[in-house]
This record gives sequence, C-alpha cells and structure tokens, in this order.
Amino acid sequence: MPVPPPPTRPVPPPPTPRAFPEAARDAVRDTTLRANLRHATHTIRDKRARAVAELEDWQRLREAGKRIKDHTLRHLDRYLEQLEAAATAAGATVHWAADADEANRIVTGLVKATGEREVVKVKSMATQEIGLNEALAAEGIHAYETDLAELIVQLGDDRPSHILVPAIHRNRAEIRAIFRERMGRWGRPAPDDLTDEPADLAEAARLHLREKFLRAKVAISGANFMVAETGTLVVLESEGNGRMCLTLPETLISVVGIEKTVPTWRDLEVFLQTLPRSSTAERMNPYTSMWTGTSDDDGPRTFHLVLLDNGRTDALADDIGRQALRCIRCSACLNVCPVYERAGGHAYGSVYPGPIGAILTPQLRGTTSEIDASLPYASSLCGACYDVCPVAIDIPEVLVHLRERVADQGGRGHRAEKAVMRAASWVMDHPAALAAGERAAARTRALHPGRPPGAGAWTESRDLPPLPAQPFRDWWKKNRT
Amino acid sequence: MSSRDRVLARVRAAVAGAPEAPAVLRDYLTSHTRDDPAALLDLLHDNLADYRALVHRADPAGVAPLVARLLAARGAKSVLVPAGLPDAWLADTDCVRVADRVEATAAELDAVDSVITGCALAIAETGTLVLDAGPAQGRRRITLVPDHHICVVRAPEQIVASVPRAMSRLDPRRPLTWLSGPSATSDIELDRVEGVHGPRALEVILLSG
Repeated sequence: MPVPPPPTRPVPPPPTPRAFPEAARDAVRDTTLRANLRHATHTIRDKRARAVAELEDWQRLREAGKRIKDHTLRHLDRYLEQLEAAATAAGATVHWAADADEANRIVTGLVKATGEREVVKVKSMATQEIGLNEALAAEGIHAYETDLAELIVQLGDDRPSHILVPAIHRNRAEIRAIFRERMGRWGRPAPDDLTDEPADLAEAARLHLREKFLRAKVAISGANFMVAETGTLVVLESEGNGRMCLTLPETLISVVGIEKTVPTWRDLEVFLQTLPRSSTAERMNPYTSMWTGTSDDDGPRTFHLVLLDNGRTDALADDIGRQALRCIRCSACLNVCPVYERAGGHAYGSVYPGPIGAILTPQLRGTTSEIDASLPYASSLCGACYDVCPVAIDIPEVLVHLRERVADQGGRGHRAEKAVMRAASWVMDHPAALAAGERAAARTRALHPGRPPGAGAWTESRDLPPLPAQPFRDWWKKNRT
Repeated sequence: MSSRDRVLARVRAAVAGAPEAPAVLRDYLTSHTRDDPAALLDLLHDNLADYRALVHRADPAGVAPLVARLLAARGAKSVLVPAGLPDAWLADTDCVRVADRVEATAAELDAVDSVITGCALAIAETGTLVLDAGPAQGRRRITLVPDHHICVVRAPEQIVASVPRAMSRLDPRRPLTWLSGPSATSDIELDRVEGVHGPRALEVILLSG
C-alpha cells in the first residue's frame, strides 16, 4: 500500500545573486535551510575525519599533492602542450577556450555539427561556471543534467549550493514536490504514489533519466584530472550517470579547466587517495572512469577536449592567490566552515561556494562587482578550511590578501579596515608582540568597549566578543603541556 | 593570435619570474597493509562488504555452482558474457548467454538481466575492482547497463594492497573502470541509496586455489 504523501511546501523561486552580506542575512533566517545544512555538514565532516584517520601518511600525501600541483602550475605551459600532444595522438581533438563565451561557442558548434538537439551531462562545475546550459538553450539544444542532485537543481529552476552535494539545501519533502511538479515537463513524469523516501526518489530519477541515457548521442562532461604524460582524463563519481555519459554516446565533449592537469600517470596515486576520503569520506568513490582519447569499439567514437582558461591565468599570475588553483574540488572546506554552515551556498553568488569559492571566484571574475568584492569578507578566518584541505591551500592567507586588494580599490569603510589589517599582520608576524598584547588585553578587559571603535556601518553590525580572563596560549601552556 | 597561443602566452606571462616550486616529495607509503596474501584477501573481502558489495568465496570446483545459484537467486533469465570468460564458470547455469557484441544497442543491453566478468585487479585497502576491457571483462558498457554484476577476482594474483600498487600495474592507454561497491547516491539528505544508474547489485566471487 502506498505511503500517504507528506505535506509539501511549494517549490520556492530561485534566489537572485546579491552581495554576500545581504544574501547571507536572509539565508540565516531560513530555519529549514539551516537545519538541512547543519545536518549535512556535520555528518560529512565527522565521517571525513574517520576516513582520513585511516591513513597514517595523510600529511605526507597532503604535502605530495600540494607539491605536484605547485610544480604543475609553475610549468603549466609545458604540461598543457604535452597534454594536447598526448590526447591528440590517442584520438582526441583538443580545443582551447580563452573565456566562457569562446568555450560556449566551441561546444555549441560541436553539438550542432552532430545534428543533435539534446545532450546528456555529467555534473561539471566548469560548464556551470561558463553558463553552458543557457548557451546551448539559446541555440535550441536541450542539456539534461544527470547527477541526481543536479537533476533536483535543474528541475527546481534552482542553483547548486554545494560543490559535492549541489542540492544539500533541499530536504526530501522539497525534492518530492519538485519531482512531482516538474519531472513530467522534461520527460517521464514521477509516479503518482511517489513518497519522500530517498530510495523511491532515486528510483524515480533512475526511470526518468534512463530513457535519456539510452538514446543520447552526445554527452558533455568535465574532468577531475587530466594526465599530461598520457592524455588520460579521469572522472570520479558515485551514481553511474558519469559512466553512462562517458560510455554510451557516440560523441563526448569534455570541458576542463587548465588547472586540472597533473604531469604523470603516477601522480594520480596521490589524488585517488586524498580526494574520495576528503570529499565523500569514502575509501574510494563507487565509480571512477579513465579514458585516453578514443578506443576501438569501446566508448564514444569522437572525443573533444576543450581546455578552459576563463580567468585561471589571472589567478595564476597572483603570487599568493595562485594556490587556489591547486583545488581538487573535494568540498571539505565547505563542511567545516562556520560561515558556510549558516549562510548556505547560494549566498556566495557563484558556482564555487564556501571558503574555496570566497577565494577562487574573486580571482576568476575580478573584484569589480559588489558580490565579488564582498566574498573575501565571507569568512571568520578561523583556519578550519586550511586544516582540512587535502592540497594545503592556505585559504585564510588568500582571503586576507584579497581583502587588501578590495581595500585598495577604495570605497566606504575600506580605508580604515586596510589600516587595521596592516597593524594586525604586523602583530601576527611578531609573536612576542602578539602574546604581550593578549596579556595586556586580558588584564584590562573591564575597560574594553562591547563594540569595535569607530563609527558607521562596519562597526554597527558587529559585536566584540568578551575578552577571556587569560590568553588561550597561556591557558594551553599551563593546562595542557 | 589563436586562442591556443593566447592562453599559453598568458600562462607564460603569469609564471614568468615565479620561483621554482619545491621538488615533489614521494615519502608517502606505497602500502598501508602487510604483504600477506591471506590478510590482503580478508581485507579486500571486508572492504568490499563495507561498501555493500555481496562477497562470496569459492575454489575452482565451486565457481560454477555458485554462479548458477547467484543467477537463480536474482531470477536472471539471461546473462551477458564477455569474450575470454572461462566456459567452466557458467557450466551449471541454464541462463541464456548473451555475447558482448560491438553492434549491440544500449536498449539490447538493457534487456539483459545480469552480467558476469573477471577483472584486471582488485585493491584491498579501498575495496576496489578495476576493469581494463581485457580478457573476460568486455567493453565498459556491459558492466553498466544490466542491474546485476557478478565479478570474479582470482586470489592472490589479482589482488594488490593499495592504490599506488595498482597504478604501477595498470596501462593508462586502456579504458579503465574502477568499481567500489554498487552504484550509490547520497544526494538526498545524505541517506545512502544503492542504485540510481549503475547496477544496483554487485556480487564479487573471490576465487582461490
């Protein structure tokens, strides 16, 4: 007997991008969103800690991953040329796209040349970043997202809010409502007796998408890694929608950021250990596909690789900021971030949310818009993101660096902040001064105001935490060492 | 200027004058497990089961009856068979054998109940099976479309301890599929559900002797 359907709330309209402070203010008032997020981030971060603890050489793998990426970035021109040569020799056609428009033109042209009007897609942040689905739609080509979470996002006219679990902000009742209301418009409708059990919802997605997989002639993917030495592309996933896209169609088009390059086949042994454990907290994700060009009678007969710059070389040119290009998109930094947990991914106004988004997006897009200028401030600088990063990106360092850049642009409130940041960085660089300052502050705490000094918008919205009776470093020394 | 030249010129300008990156260190472990075939077999068994593959053990005489039993238990009427699969493994089943043909459409594969393959190797520490389209494995799609996959691992020769040990034995020019448990999703409130698009049931036969 079918379970009676639970009450549903109507599918909410998609959020509009605004500067982080405004978007976050609304997000923190949405109690459903906060509950969904808190449950999800705490579950993943606890599991991740256990998966990482299984590897006694984790810190060495982390350092190896960091160095492989830094070395690759330092010689990226050479490795990109090697990648192009190896992939071409294996049967791929390699294209170069300087920006989003060019990438969209290339992909749209390739799809049109096949004569097809629909494509299946495996979750790809690069194609979201460039707005490929919209560009294809403008040419009358329908792109179907096939990752379950991406399907939920696409059917809901929504935007992804997490790197790994893009529909993390939706609970099962909302997903059921989206499937019931929207699936029929795109193909096979959801069954009438659909419950909000995850197994039932997954089954509805399976049936809905299967008819698309079995008839698709063209697929579009991203990639987690590209091996320069061999021309091999690698996609890690769980559901099999990736394998469907990478295996069944006749034509495969992969759009990949140039920073996804690693020099050698052997380098993958590092990232295949660190990425699954850091992202889904598994020893290994259920499915990994690796393909080198095209193979006789196995998989797509035509393979196009589109190498995407779109601001990456701007990030590469920044001595401090370029470390963001090491990112392997594991999303561990999102799950530990107290700001992400409360504000949600949409507040970041970009396909890359959370701490990594706060440093990557302003580098890829620049800091001229209000939202991009606000992103380096979307952090408490607590450092938890750096601790969990499997390629040791010092996110707080880049945040402070980008704040300086934004402050240099001028604007209300920024000049005073610049002076404060300068003073703070001098103190942080001089441990004795920091310790002395902390002790002096503790002894005089009764005299401190409850709000930062100064007038205006910046200080009005901020409280100073009460000062402790003793600096933490002193307490630790006395009680724990 | 072509986009290729423009992007490469931007890369060169961006890193011009940057200090050389520190040399890559590979002081991480090549294995986290002691090199004992029996221990590796047990570890593989445990890790496969932990990710909800159904694990069975057999000796050469026991494979055929086990395969027949597993197919019957699923109610399978037909089974996909890649080239190079030992005939003996299917000696006891009366399922219709469907050969892996290049011309077979996705819809034809979808009509088959089960698939049985060997593998290139298995990784004990992660509970992973690696297929490289070699003998007894077939093309990538045959282990994707049917809902039930039986994979036979020969112990000890096909079992390696770790990911680094696996990489050195694999050929990147071959199409590679790594399987760690059946298809799964955690996209709905992080509840793990087996299935979605790949086979919902993965059964592994650890074959020793």
